Amino acid sequence: MSLERPDSVDDGAVERTPDELEALLGDLVVDRDDHLNAPGFVIRPDTVQETLSILKEQAGYDHLSVVSAQEYENRYESIYHLKKFDDPTQEVSVVVPADKDNPVSESAEPVFRTADWHEREAYDLIGIEYDDHPDLRRILLPETWQGHPLSMDYDKDRPQIATLPEHANPLQEHHKDAESDTMFLNIGPHHPATHGVLHLKTTLDGEQVIDVEPDIGYLHRSEEQMAQNGTYRHQIMPYPDRWDYISAGLLNEWAYARAAEDLADIEVPEYAQVIRTMGAEMCRIAAHMLALATFALDINGDFTATFMYAINDRERVQNLLEDLTGQRLMFNYFRLGGVVWDLPEPREEFFSKTRDFLDQLPESIEEYHNLITSNEIFQMRTIDTGVLPPEVAKNYGATGPVARGSGVDYDLRRDDPYGYYDELDWDVITEDGCDNFSRLLVRMREVEESAKIIEQCVDLLEDWPEDERNIQANVPRTLRPDDDTEIYRAVEGAKGELGIYIRADGTDKPARFKIRSPCFSNLQTLPEMANGEYIPDVVAALGSLDIVLGEVDR
Amino acid sequence: MSSDQPFITDESQVVTETRDARMTGQGDRFNSRLREAFGSSPFILTKFDKFLNWCRGSSMFMLQFGIACCSIEMMHTYAVKHDLDRFGSGVPRASPRQADVMIVPGTIVSKFAPRMKRVYDQMPEPKFVVGMGSCTISGGPFQEGYNVIKGAEEVIPIDIHVPGCPPRPEALVYGVVKLQERVANGEAAPVTVKPYELEEFSDLERDELVDKLADQIDDDELVMRYNFADSP
Repeated sequence: MSLERPDSVDDGAVERTPDELEALLGDLVVDRDDHLNAPGFVIRPDTVQETLSILKEQAGYDHLSVVSAQEYENRYESIYHLKKFDDPTQEVSVVVPADKDNPVSESAEPVFRTADWHEREAYDLIGIEYDDHPDLRRILLPETWQGHPLSMDYDKDRPQIATLPEHANPLQEHHKDAESDTMFLNIGPHHPATHGVLHLKTTLDGEQVIDVEPDIGYLHRSEEQMAQNGTYRHQIMPYPDRWDYISAGLLNEWAYARAAEDLADIEVPEYAQVIRTMGAEMCRIAAHMLALATFALDINGDFTATFMYAINDRERVQNLLEDLTGQRLMFNYFRLGGVVWDLPEPREEFFSKTRDFLDQLPESIEEYHNLITSNEIFQMRTIDTGVLPPEVAKNYGATGPVARGSGVDYDLRRDDPYGYYDELDWDVITEDGCDNFSRLLVRMREVEESAKIIEQCVDLLEDWPEDERNIQANVPRTLRPDDDTEIYRAVEGAKGELGIYIRADGTDKPARFKIRSPCFSNLQTLPEMANGEYIPDVVAALGSLDIVLGEVDR
Repeated sequence: MSSDQPFITDESQVVTETRDARMTGQGDRFNSRLREAFGSSPFILTKFDKFLNWCRGSSMFMLQFGIACCSIEMMHTYAVKHDLDRFGSGVPRASPRQADVMIVPGTIVSKFAPRMKRVYDQMPEPKFVVGMGSCTISGGPFQEGYNVIKGAEEVIPIDIHVPGCPPRPEALVYGVVKLQERVANGEAAPVTVKPYELEEFSDLERDELVDKLADQIDDDELVMRYNFADSP
């Protein structure tokens, strides 16, 4: 059976009960604060590194999903959501309260490299300071911003000043002789190869890249605040579509739906789950097609033909999605407890259209292989460039095709099943090349797997008895989850683990809504892949990461 | 030619095979009506301004400028199926210095507004802007956001607004064609008041915020000051 894990269970994957974990941590634990998804251990702010390294090295929690920070009436709090790459259903939360007047907490960066950016974001938006952090400054907002927008006393009407800085050569003063001078190169924020408004601060020695630093925040649209201002039942669902806007809308909606349904204890009818699974996989095909299209453009301008081919296939999927949801891009199709409406009538027509699409897909994929993957120029540009070893990928919390292209066998659809995935027959794709080529290959092969899933869903839906087509569970008009319940739930988005942390406070709106964006963590690996390479390889590496700035910046 | 004779084209002296072939063989498609109207005269009389506007409107170079969700639909507009190039405006230029039209496809946030203004300033005159999507009109679904500029018009003047979240490619095509029509007719864009300008830090009015940032920002650095309390 394809869904079983291929490798045997090793020491890291041994499941420990919460009490065993508490015993392992011993005196470090000062209190318990369990979340719906995981046991939560409260620790002192100066023991973060110690606690996390015990959990990482002795208990096998090697994946720091996200750091979510928030402010309470009497304290600040950072939560480290830990998981295992081998078994993401084993989760633990490390809760670190910090003093209200002087919110300082120890940084987790020496233990998990990925904490670097996550803690910078927490500092930027909430205002917690992290001791021992290598580079604590704002990440999403301009450096000159006043106040921390998600803290309680923030005044959103105050005036602000943003600068348009001129960049000086950052390494100049370190180099005294004329021969080793370096050059500073800004790539972006308005640049065709950055896939949106990303700014890369690049330092070059000749044509070689010494250092590349992604500068993000040019599309920080306050998504978390928007979600915190909306009611659970209806007002939040439109926003997920706009996180990863490359047609991956349904995958994102599922992230919110899954978290909120588990929070409010809503059971989704099986029929709706099948529709969701089918729609989500269509979105994945559309998203991977665009990744392929833009990657081909990045590698070589002559691949414009590939771009047109891939956009053509995207149009086909988008037509199906439009039939299903009524929208081309921002679907707003899921509801808590199901989907908003049934398949379009006449159903036969929709099924036959879907089958037509699936029938021509192998031919299209063959074309792509002819056009790019078997193209010599393409291979020279991508094979063995942008190498990301699996250990590095894990340390940075990379997920999705980026991790799977480095041989990390991690896919939440199989490892932490939701929807209808565990009933269907499909494979998780991994490649061991760790380079740009592998990441592309993973995406192309995943398209085939998605097609397999859609086909099975169509078969199921076709035979579904008419009187059992229940598209939505009975959900109260207003949802008020219990006070102080917290949950972190993730789904496999197009780019990787897309997670939502919600804290309820007894009202109909979330008190804290934190988005774990896969692109945010994936983009962090760029310096690892690009330093020491040539500029064109940086562009290739960035293209193979397939980031969406809407999701990176949120 | 003597002056008492009116000007008459001597048909027998003109080679008309090409014209006749076009007029008879192909129907209306290949400008045969136009040819009929022109006759054999090789001249068109028009005003130079009008001619130039017509040229401008018929061949517009777009700036390749992706911001947010709308840029995905913008890519679809450029690509197969919708193919904006059919209307003579489908060549995206990567450099603002080669572009006539800027489509603003997405939400403008505080960090990006100075950059967008700079890119706009780099475009040569005459330049035109199409605002794509609700975010460029008012901030759209993100209007309440603490970091969001309430519409691109607060930073640069916009000629055509295309509403939608995101607008369909057909809508964008319509918007661009409308812009081309206006340009060809020589209609000027309304000048709007833009509250947010790029200015040197030392030119800002001194207040609490400026004093606070004085040691962080150089006097001659370009800054943009946002007045969120007064924005719509």
